[in-house]
Amino acid sequence: MLERALYGSQRYFRWVLGLLILIGMGFGAYMIQLNKGLTITGMGRDVSWGFYIAQFTFLVGVAASAVMVVLPYYLHNVKVFGRITILGEFLAIAAVTMCLLFIIVDLGKPMRLLNVLLYPTPNSILFWDMVSLNGYLFLNIFIGWNVLEAERKGVHYPNWVKPLIYISIPWAVSIHTVTAFLYAGLPARHYWLTAIMAARFLASAFCSGPALLILLAYLVKKYTKFDPGQEAIDKLTNIVTYALLISVFFVGLEFFTAFYSQIPGHMHSLVYLFVGLEGHGKLVPFMWLFAILAVAALVLLLNPKTRRNEKTLKLACLFTFLSMWLEKGMGLVIAGFIPNPLEQVREYSPTIPELTIALGVWSTGAFILTILYKIATSVKEEVGEASH
Amino acid sequence: MESSRRDLLKLGGACALGLTTLPLVKAHAKSDLPKVMDNPDALKGKRWAMVVDAKKCWEKGKEGCKDCIDACHKIHNVPDIGNVKEEIKWIWNEKFQHVFPGMESPHMAHDYHEKPFMVFCNHCGNAPCVRVCPTQATFKRPDGITMMDFHRCIGCRYCMAGCPYGARSFNFRDPRAFIKTELNMTFPTRERGVVEKCSFCEERLAVGLLPACVEACKHGALVFGDLEDPNSPVRKLLAEHFTIRRKPELGTEPGVYYIV
Repeated sequence: MLERALYGSQRYFRWVLGLLILIGMGFGAYMIQLNKGLTITGMGRDVSWGFYIAQFTFLVGVAASAVMVVLPYYLHNVKVFGRITILGEFLAIAAVTMCLLFIIVDLGKPMRLLNVLLYPTPNSILFWDMVSLNGYLFLNIFIGWNVLEAERKGVHYPNWVKPLIYISIPWAVSIHTVTAFLYAGLPARHYWLTAIMAARFLASAFCSGPALLILLAYLVKKYTKFDPGQEAIDKLTNIVTYALLISVFFVGLEFFTAFYSQIPGHMHSLVYLFVGLEGHGKLVPFMWLFAILAVAALVLLLNPKTRRNEKTLKLACLFTFLSMWLEKGMGLVIAGFIPNPLEQVREYSPTIPELTIALGVWSTGAFILTILYKIATSVKEEVGEASH
Repeated sequence: MESSRRDLLKLGGACALGLTTLPLVKAHAKSDLPKVMDNPDALKGKRWAMVVDAKKCWEKGKEGCKDCIDACHKIHNVPDIGNVKEEIKWIWNEKFQHVFPGMESPHMAHDYHEKPFMVFCNHCGNAPCVRVCPTQATFKRPDGITMMDFHRCIGCRYCMAGCPYGARSFNFRDPRAFIKTELNMTFPTRERGVVEKCSFCEERLAVGLLPACVEACKHGALVFGDLEDPNSPVRKLLAEHFTIRRKPELGTEPGVYYIV
């Protein structure tokens, strides 16, 4: 089936070429980092994880969200999702690949990466994250590929795929739970030390991922002959609305606990994020943008008129995705380090090479997604035409 | 050369068979004898610990005294990077409100706001850094020292996120160009991309010497000993003085005690 990625319109090749250029730039910047060390990033001894790990964290959520189409389809027989489960699974493949790349570019000694396998350490959550992410990647590759191939041949997918599909459902929940546990179990970091971390992660995943999926479905509809179906989009919209509501509610819970208890350690990071701490407030504008976008998205999603209008729905999805990215892909990870364990405020901002590398990784994800979607839509077009 | 799939499989099979002999060799060559002889002079303890006598440090030491820091950083080839962001430090000083956040009050004696407290790795009894390390590059020794293997560390910095005391430093760049003291050829320098921290001078204990900082402090403000030995100098100090530890509420069981 792979050969379908080799034929396409001029626009398709221009897009792929553009992505390859960005990937090349990212790779070049990574070569500099490999040579000089992580000193080329904005990270330091106080904020020792930055943009890379934040992107990783956010993208695990996007990957996990595939379950929001797989679960209703296979467990509740929601037939309208049948057409787009493949889009969800392929999105998961691209997102998990980006996650793994963001981990690799963050390592000080990437050449020693296999030490994680050579000295397996079950007490480290990072070890389990490696297990769950790689497992999820392979599950989605196997399932997506086999189901699509069966569809092309006009037969039912092989029976051994079914158990994998069922396993993939709790597995999707596990990848984001384990990723939340990376943070939620550290005694040193007040901001992360919260029992609802995994719940927050899942809620934000289940709005940002499906929001992206809706936007992608519209793109697919526009540029190919495959129509994911309005009904599927409507159902996804409901999921985004509920998940975004729950997400915002969870953030509110954090505020209540911190500010009603008045425990300084619990308040510090939130104060830093939203008004600035001891005169430092680099993230303040971004966090207010998060708040505004989240509220705007909610207004657009809750109002039936704007929810059913394609234009405003797209806008709402874009706002949802951006707001969750700001909250998780920026604020959450960085604010955990501010103030530092000695209660000093040392700020962080990413550098140009760091952002270039991150852009390279995002482009790699977009590249994989493009190729996979190209294959999927080509197959769907063929099958669709044959059935007419 | 002709080669068929069958030949390749045969060769693969032979190789796999060869691998199975490895455990046999290992079992055959097994011995209970230690591979390295213990130094008879080595200091032995069950749980090494430190007492920092802040009063002695302030009263007897000159203002700005850095004897312990200099001794440690020189002996361990610790680089002087020259900026706060990427600073590498094994032992350094901080003010009370940073060492014991939340314990300060506006009306406590002036000294506590201004005077230095020495801080370094606490060699926690229940160390979060050891718990989170995905490769066991940071591990607990039977004598209580939280140890770092610079050669196994993959540089993920999870331990730095896990340490509640900010005791860990990461080599953001090649540190070798920044070693400004005379190079100590008996201790390894580090590569860029790994984490490092205080090791209670395990390399000195192994040859019967006290940690460098303890030896360097002329006023006896740093006292080292075995917490499990009732006659050790640390146990005597702990019995005589009221001491506090950093963030005891986190359950990390720090091995560094402060007389304030």
